[in-house]
Amino acid sequence: MADTKAKSGVLLDIRNLRIEATVYPPGEAPKNIVLVHDVSLTLEKGKVLGLIGESGAGKSTIGLSSMGYGRGGVRITGGEVLLNGRDILKGGKEGFRKLRGREVCYVAQSAAAAFNPAHRLMDQVVEATLLHGTATRAEAEKRAVALFKKLSLPNPETIGERFPHQVSGGQLQRVMTAMALCSEPDLIVFDEPTTALDVTTQIDVLAAIKDAIRDTHVAALYITHDLAVVAQVSDEIMVLRHGRLVEWGGTRQIIKEPRQEYTNALVSVHEIEHAEQKPGTAPFLSVKNVTAAYGGGHVKVLKNVSVDIYPGQTLAVVGESGSGKSTLARAITGLLPPEQGTVTFDGRPLANRLADRPKEDLRQLQMIYQMADVAMNPRQTVGTIIGRPLEFYFGMRGRARDRRVAELLDEIEMGKGFIDRYPAELSGGQKQRVCIARSLAAKPKLIICDEVTSALDPLVANGILKLLLNLQEHEKVAYLFITHDLATVKSIADSIAVMYRGEVVRYGSKSKVLTPPFDAYTDLLLSSVPEMEIGWLEEAIKGRRMASAGN
Amino acid sequence: MLDIRRIPIPALIGLVLTALFVLAAIFAPWISPHDNAEIVGDVWEPMTAVHWLGTDNLGRDLLSRMIYGARITLFIAVLATALSFSLGAILGFSAAVFGGWFDTILSRLVDLLMSIPTLIMGLVVLSVLPTNLVTLILVMGILDSTRVYRLSRAVAVDINVMDYVEAAKLRGEGSGWIIFREILPNALSPLVSELGLRFIYAVLFLSTLSFLGLGVQPPDADWGGMVKENKDGIVFGIAAALIPAAAIAALAISVNLVADWILNRTTSLKGGRG
Repeated sequence: MADTKAKSGVLLDIRNLRIEATVYPPGEAPKNIVLVHDVSLTLEKGKVLGLIGESGAGKSTIGLSSMGYGRGGVRITGGEVLLNGRDILKGGKEGFRKLRGREVCYVAQSAAAAFNPAHRLMDQVVEATLLHGTATRAEAEKRAVALFKKLSLPNPETIGERFPHQVSGGQLQRVMTAMALCSEPDLIVFDEPTTALDVTTQIDVLAAIKDAIRDTHVAALYITHDLAVVAQVSDEIMVLRHGRLVEWGGTRQIIKEPRQEYTNALVSVHEIEHAEQKPGTAPFLSVKNVTAAYGGGHVKVLKNVSVDIYPGQTLAVVGESGSGKSTLARAITGLLPPEQGTVTFDGRPLANRLADRPKEDLRQLQMIYQMADVAMNPRQTVGTIIGRPLEFYFGMRGRARDRRVAELLDEIEMGKGFIDRYPAELSGGQKQRVCIARSLAAKPKLIICDEVTSALDPLVANGILKLLLNLQEHEKVAYLFITHDLATVKSIADSIAVMYRGEVVRYGSKSKVLTPPFDAYTDLLLSSVPEMEIGWLEEAIKGRRMASAGN
Repeated sequence: MLDIRRIPIPALIGLVLTALFVLAAIFAPWISPHDNAEIVGDVWEPMTAVHWLGTDNLGRDLLSRMIYGARITLFIAVLATALSFSLGAILGFSAAVFGGWFDTILSRLVDLLMSIPTLIMGLVVLSVLPTNLVTLILVMGILDSTRVYRLSRAVAVDINVMDYVEAAKLRGEGSGWIIFREILPNALSPLVSELGLRFIYAVLFLSTLSFLGLGVQPPDADWGGMVKENKDGIVFGIAAALIPAAAIAALAISVNLVADWILNRTTSLKGGRG
């Protein structure tokens, strides 16, 4: 490819990339489906291109194709991938081996799953460099330590001696970035590197990645579904949907002047108007001075927590991982009996232990989980999943039950065609809707929503939030909404409790909590939420008053 | 729902062979040319048109004895396996769900049983108790259930911490629903694959016991017992002992072919619809 070589500065040039996979539908002959439809892109040296889209948009598939890799039987069937001017698809296995880990490196979404738990971090960080013989071990380790320093990891000299489980999630993600940078590649593929992290940790990792990219002049493909995140690190953004290019342009143009309707939908996704309701006179559920601990009282995870929930309103509990917000839910449901304090419901105390509660109390408190995949028995149909609470609490059987299931399916905007489906046959958003229907079936007064939207794409999550708000209006159900996403809180809550290390540090109505002056932790949380502004990251880092837990 | 053309060839072979064995066992009195204990000729006659598989060490028709042997072998092995699976699986699941002292006591008891080699345990118990079919099945079933218990408990412990089980507990479901409706369907795959294996172990264990004289008592004989009866013939170049041995092997393979196929179907999370 003489012409590309002549065009200096172009590092990666993907032309008409076509990626296919074979699916095996039951009762039919295996057939090919096209995952990526003739997508082309170019990336210059030292630039960052953000690939953005929902699940199934083909963004990871395209990203991995730059290293000639197809995940899980996916085949690259057409087009060219030119890296440094040569078509890597023609290099064969030997060519890939020389390319991967040297010219192109990869940073995976879950660093915890991507590191081998049996080896020390340093051995894994320098492995690719040593395999390719580009440096001696001493040189590689020196380089790694320099990278640890650059990525502002604590104790850069010695952190390499630790095992993966001995560092936090945010640190591990930065070590993985160091691993990718260690062999001094030309291109790094970041596959949702901060999606699994808390907001406060995400901002540190993001800043570290951005600095490292700037200082090493490496080019990067940054894959994510969060437009606000990608706006901080990318020079250009490419929006994908269903394996097709929707829009490709400079970061400023995409977030300020989107030309396509779909991009516009992505940009404006977080904004739901929700007027705050004034708390009523009497809360129907109140948590008083609850202290709870794991391990027989040794690890206190809730310290003297008191909150109230009013009928038909939403209390949002906000905090990072480990702040005790999910434990609060477990204490209320009785899964983790509190050591001290009481939970009163409708004026009478609730039994501490789940086993001691009457069926009626159980019915009034329902729960929706973060991972809808594992919250439904994969061997039960949607009909059984939603129908069981009807049978169990109301003794409904046969036709009456089926009719009510169909009604509930209508309420969650799915229709009764889904009644015989298994969870594996539903999309992520549909699964969460079924979980909502299951909890609604019990006609509860309170639904505890544990991070119900954090595993979903922004557009889908938005739909779920709107559904929850609609249901609240119709059914007068109250929510205890646990989340780490403040944008979600703004669009759903009536009152907010901010939790930090097991304590409620700020509590009150939404407008009160979100009005300055803030305490240090609330300020950190609020300022860590990515905003769709160029240069937000630098401002946010500069303006912080306390370091986040992961640093 | 079940289309015969979509059954893979190995499973089909397994199904046909297993069906043959089962049919032979059920219709033994009608299809066998001679009676089980009837002496019809000389000792160890070769295969002829009259006696298709020859005769055994006492001059009984080997084919007839094979057919009756299938009946006894399958009957005991099926019941013993059924017993070991119901007992092992239910106790294993319960131990996982209830936990605490129930789990501890049961698990240590099982460890105790397992620390004694099965064969020695079986020999001791059977030599004390009267040797009849019921004791045989009980002893085999209970000894084997320890293995099933360990597997079921291990599988169920993992399932028991899933969110959907927690959701059922929050709903207030009893242990029966949790064990049979939440855990069992999800534990079926490892259990079915174990079932194929355990069934064959039961056949082999029965054969071993019969070989040692503690299993099925003469004149009835299971296939293992028939190997024993005819083993002396091998020295003289008589193949009579190899025929029941080959039957055991064929049964083992065909049952596992079927089990593997069922396993493939039960692992589908879309109700076998794809």
